[in-house]
Amino acid sequence: MSETSFQVSVGEAFTAEDVAEAAEKPTEQVARYALRLGDDALILAQQLGWWVARAPELEEDVALTNIALDQLGHARAFLSYAGLAWGKTEDDLAYFRGESEFVNAQLFEQPNGDFAQTIARQFVASHFQFELYRQLQGSANATLAAIAAKALKEVDYHRDHADQWMLRLSLGTDESRRRMLRGLEVIWPFVEELFRDDELTDSLKGVAAAPSSLLEGFEKSTAAVFARCEIEIPAGFVARGGGRLGQHTEFLGHLLAEMQVLAREHPGATW
Amino acid sequence: MSSPGGGEHETWPLWEVFVRASRGLSHLHAGSLHAPDAEMALRNARDLYTRRNEGVSIWVVPSSEITTSDPDEKDAFFESPKGKRYRHAGYYTEAEGVKHL
Repeated sequence: MSETSFQVSVGEAFTAEDVAEAAEKPTEQVARYALRLGDDALILAQQLGWWVARAPELEEDVALTNIALDQLGHARAFLSYAGLAWGKTEDDLAYFRGESEFVNAQLFEQPNGDFAQTIARQFVASHFQFELYRQLQGSANATLAAIAAKALKEVDYHRDHADQWMLRLSLGTDESRRRMLRGLEVIWPFVEELFRDDELTDSLKGVAAAPSSLLEGFEKSTAAVFARCEIEIPAGFVARGGGRLGQHTEFLGHLLAEMQVLAREHPGATW
Repeated sequence: MSSPGGGEHETWPLWEVFVRASRGLSHLHAGSLHAPDAEMALRNARDLYTRRNEGVSIWVVPSSEITTSDPDEKDAFFESPKGKRYRHAGYYTEAEGVKHL
């Protein structure tokens, strides 16, 4: 293949650097909200990165890693923006906060499990984030709206990726279906927390996307996939939640230890 | 590997990928990949061959559906046009009075 056969360009996009340089300092409330969305994306990116050389096929390594990098991009934008309120960089927030200072929903820290469990988590995460960013792109806060508008297109693809695998695993072999159902059983208790309003989201009307307002769209789009998968919508046990308050399941501490060790052992390290 | 999907009989089939860089150009062969079916092949192609903004359209074709010319019959297939200059427009002289050539 000759080098001139493709026109290659980086293209224009809204980046974390744009946010750090151009955005106005957010209020305390907006910053706390941006931190939640950034933590969701950051923790999911870290979990997905584990798959980089472990997916069922090389092609799937690349697919999951692309998704991880998209999530990391969203995290960088949200954390950069939140950090403006407190004079902190995205790295300060990612590497030098303790477990109880992370405000991601507990869904995102749930372990990869097998491939089916990862797909179950992706299915919930991407359908939730799609509804979230679709609403947030109309936010009265221009920076949140711009980050959401860019993220929406990427999350739309993540949603499609998860749907495709849900279908294939559910309708594939007895073993793949068993694993898909098991994955959903593990993940579904963490769905409810995503749609809880609280004092912070109530105080940001027109700026934040009220979590409870996203539920209808989520239920509709996931129900359509469940029907095609010939799976009943999971019900039953609901996890206690509390991720938005810094209360986490046993998995986040281990994840953070691995994610933060390099930055903490070698402050200011670059390569 | 002894894990499910690792056996030779279980590997995903091979697909050939064609990418069109922009409107007005043809699809060009970009490479190949493994995928369980056509829809996933398209998505894998998007992830593998358009990561750097290379394309606006993708085709995928099962590699097994492509019929290729036989390398051993190269002479019979490709030698014949050599020396047949009359197959090129430049062989002919321009006739007087013919406009717009």
